[in-house]
Amino acid sequence: MNSISRLAALISLASLFPLSAMAADAKGTVEVVHWWTSGGEKAAVDVLRAQVEKDGFTWKDGAVAGGGGATAMTVLKSRAVAGNPPGVAQIKGPDIQEWASTGLLDTDVLKTVSKEEKWDSLLDKKVSDTVKYDGDYVAVPVNIHRVNWLWINPEVFKKAGIEKAPTTLEEFYAAGDKLKAAGFIPLAHGGQPWQDSTVFEAVVLSVMGADGYKKALVDLDNAALTGPEMVKSLTELKKVATYMDADGKGQDWNLEAAKVINGKAGMQIMGDWAKSEWTAAKKVAGKDYECVAFPGTDKAFTYNIDSLAVFKQKDAGTAAGQQDIAKVVLGENFQKVFSINKGSIPVRNDMLADMGKYGFDSCAQTAAKDFLADAKTGGLQPSMAHNMATTLAVQGAFFDVVTNFINDPKADPADAAKKLGAAIKSAK
Amino acid sequence: MSSVAVFSKASPFDALQRWLPKLVLAPSMFIVLVGFYGYILWTFVLSFTNSTFLPTYKFVGLAQYARLFDNDRWWVASKNLAVFGGMFIGISMVVGVLLAVFLDQRIRREGFIRTIYLYPMALSMIVTGTAWKWLLNPGMGLDKLLRDWGWEGFRLDWLIDPDRVVYCLVIAAVWQASGFIMAMFLAGLRGVDQSIIRAAQIDGASMPKIYWKVVLPSLRPVFFSAVMILAHIAIKSFDLVAAMTAGGPGYSSDLPAMFMYSFTFSRGQMGMGSASAILMLGAILAILVPYLYSELRAKRND
Amino acid sequence: MTSLANKPALSLSRVAIYAVLIVAVFIYLVPLVVMLLTSFKSPEDIGSGNLLSWPTEVTAIGWIKAWATVKGYFWNSFLITVPAVLISTTIGALNGYVLSMWRFRGSQLFFGLLLFGCFLPFQTVLLPASFTLGKMGLASTTTGLVFVHVVYGLAFTTLFFRNYYVSIPDALVKAARLDGAGFFTIFRRIILPMSTPIIMVCLIWQFTQIWNDFLFGVVFSSGDSQPITVALNNLVNTSTGVKEYNVDMAAAMIAGLPTLLVYVVAGKYFVRGLTAGAVKG
Repeated sequence: MNSISRLAALISLASLFPLSAMAADAKGTVEVVHWWTSGGEKAAVDVLRAQVEKDGFTWKDGAVAGGGGATAMTVLKSRAVAGNPPGVAQIKGPDIQEWASTGLLDTDVLKTVSKEEKWDSLLDKKVSDTVKYDGDYVAVPVNIHRVNWLWINPEVFKKAGIEKAPTTLEEFYAAGDKLKAAGFIPLAHGGQPWQDSTVFEAVVLSVMGADGYKKALVDLDNAALTGPEMVKSLTELKKVATYMDADGKGQDWNLEAAKVINGKAGMQIMGDWAKSEWTAAKKVAGKDYECVAFPGTDKAFTYNIDSLAVFKQKDAGTAAGQQDIAKVVLGENFQKVFSINKGSIPVRNDMLADMGKYGFDSCAQTAAKDFLADAKTGGLQPSMAHNMATTLAVQGAFFDVVTNFINDPKADPADAAKKLGAAIKSAK
Repeated sequence: MSSVAVFSKASPFDALQRWLPKLVLAPSMFIVLVGFYGYILWTFVLSFTNSTFLPTYKFVGLAQYARLFDNDRWWVASKNLAVFGGMFIGISMVVGVLLAVFLDQRIRREGFIRTIYLYPMALSMIVTGTAWKWLLNPGMGLDKLLRDWGWEGFRLDWLIDPDRVVYCLVIAAVWQASGFIMAMFLAGLRGVDQSIIRAAQIDGASMPKIYWKVVLPSLRPVFFSAVMILAHIAIKSFDLVAAMTAGGPGYSSDLPAMFMYSFTFSRGQMGMGSASAILMLGAILAILVPYLYSELRAKRND
Repeated sequence: MTSLANKPALSLSRVAIYAVLIVAVFIYLVPLVVMLLTSFKSPEDIGSGNLLSWPTEVTAIGWIKAWATVKGYFWNSFLITVPAVLISTTIGALNGYVLSMWRFRGSQLFFGLLLFGCFLPFQTVLLPASFTLGKMGLASTTTGLVFVHVVYGLAFTTLFFRNYYVSIPDALVKAARLDGAGFFTIFRRIILPMSTPIIMVCLIWQFTQIWNDFLFGVVFSSGDSQPITVALNNLVNTSTGVKEYNVDMAAAMIAGLPTLLVYVVAGKYFVRGLTAGAVKG
């Protein structure tokens, strides 16, 4: 055998390697692209997968983590351009509308299942609106996160001589001063853009109220974005920032959460997924740690809803699988297991009204109660930092301005408000 | 080729022989034209459209470029690339050359030492970034280590300092690539004619002087290859930034590759992302082509 | 003592050289040592100790968990990497051969175009390449991913071989031509037997590049055929989940093991290959 034929043999051998295995199955295959990959999340997804497989469908897992779904978005776009989008993909908030407007999402496949399962009465209108396009369901909501939480280590508070959890910004500052004086890090905070904006929106909600929050961060009203209330919010934000962990810039939130858990820091502002860290450290809600609404936002609830959208498929057999997934996702069992694992609350109103029955802890129970109450008063608002309120372009503009403002020691609130208005205008 | 022509009477076999080189190269040429230049052209076209979420073909002229020039973050990213690229290439070269020259002094256990210097190149930038993020973490990494070891006043917080974070990227990137540069120069040094060095020694020149004046100048092609490889790594540095700082604090450690990716894919501003890609390519063209040209031409004149 | 005559005298400058080399060894090793130590610690240990502190209790739980998560993807990476490396190296060798020994009008221009192509940031090609693969019916298949790796590996493999072959004296080839040897005969009989060093360089380089690739892997593969870097990313890069750094570090080590092995085992061929002419511009 000479070298050329040897090379040729190598090439032909190479092409013999199995291509992606085509599974022959009874009921059809559904590929699911999602970014739930960490321990608890993965366990929760496995529950869904097991049920769907039990129902006779083949689940093709397309887990893609990174940047809160940013990497998954790249994959989805490439797949869309290639003409073979997955059957189901984790897409959330206004992105659902953008995807639907391209005509790639399936507006029919969920029609019967949503009627049979009475989604309209099961879900709050804010939730169902998020996953509908032109009145048709194009996605199924999975769970609800509350973002405006303040996590407290009560033992550290006791050591610093703080009586109770702060309920106003003034009390928050007072608590921060006491923590500082006692040698603790007052506020654990990882200064990544999304974390900075999580604090920003909490402060805006506290200062401007739910209405002001909606005007500025949801409706993107220029007057609200650049007005005196926003300047005040930014001034307060700067003050909140003085209590932040100096070592936290650019760090993962987990590392910062660990500082609160280990008693090095007193508080952290983070969504309810932070609970997973406390649970992993074997701490109990209400005893080892406290969760309270961010000071001044107890009558409001910023939400972050995960959802799974359905894409139009060439293979008609996939529709049954998509419907099955939708049905399982809204089933009681999955709703319970998933939310307990993720720290969130279910999307079903009937479950939210009776949380104790399903074994949710005190934090989740408070969240559910507040969700139902705030849904009636208008205190229920989409989170900007977790792309529930705006397009990604606008969100990016917020991130850039807010992060720069927090990191720049000479930043001026009035100036930043102006910049905010300009940046949002250009990104819209 | 003329020598072949003299002997051939244009038999079918000879005609085939004459066409074979072109035939062999043809698929690659086709691939390069489509997969490199066709796609660049496509990006170029997109940069004149108002594409946001997915590509659309509504043309808006130079509006995306105007927005890009207005974008503070783009300028930060460009400046960072200049600082990062310059320092990364420079330091990697110095470290690589130095280690190579030292290793070339008949060192015991050279193979072992060489492998240690070289192994970072085997790791992906994501692993490198993750590891160095750990090491440079203020309060947990080297910062704490040296204080635990008794250096009380030690403070290493570059990773969270917007003005210095780019140096952290340089440190990690140099760690990864300098061993490879070392290997290239070591290989070059092994190819240098020993008699030249001996002759210079007899003339009474000191070793450092011999290296500086005689040996290193003879390695000019190695410098060329090394610069090409380092520049290629610097410009494409995306994984490293993504894993180490994700562009932060704020966007102080953003690089153009990162900027382009996040605007094209994560932020739904594909038109502007394409414009930034085109500017990047333009800059590479402006800097590299003269260098490439002069190097390739110089060689042909040898 | 007797061997002293063969060795350079132990002068002050030699001590300094050794000192620099040894310090450098430690610096280069630190990240690896930190990763190893961390991977054997328990999560509580990681939070309390410092980087180089010895684990209070050596536990392999990180490695076990990491292996359980990424093992299925290990094989995928081989299925992608091996054909892609072999094909791109083969084509690179032929291209290099043409560009150095059978130049024709425009071949230099092509080489220039190829060199510039090395600098193309791959993020720009994701969408058009997806489109092309979709049209070819190769979207989200391993074949498609291998194809993409071959295409974007071509620039470097061609560069390696071309630069190596340029240093081979023309006379050798000319003589063979006069003897009536054809294009492939010359390649097979004369060029290929001389190519071992550069083939090694090319194989090692390509193996490292393709094995470590994340971007193409995540975009052009799907589901169960994803490479290990995607699995690693899924483990390390979660934003709202618990982070287990010992697992992360172990997974990173596992993902890097094959390339590390290649460098440790074949590293000397790499330097030898470079010496043999790969770097001679």
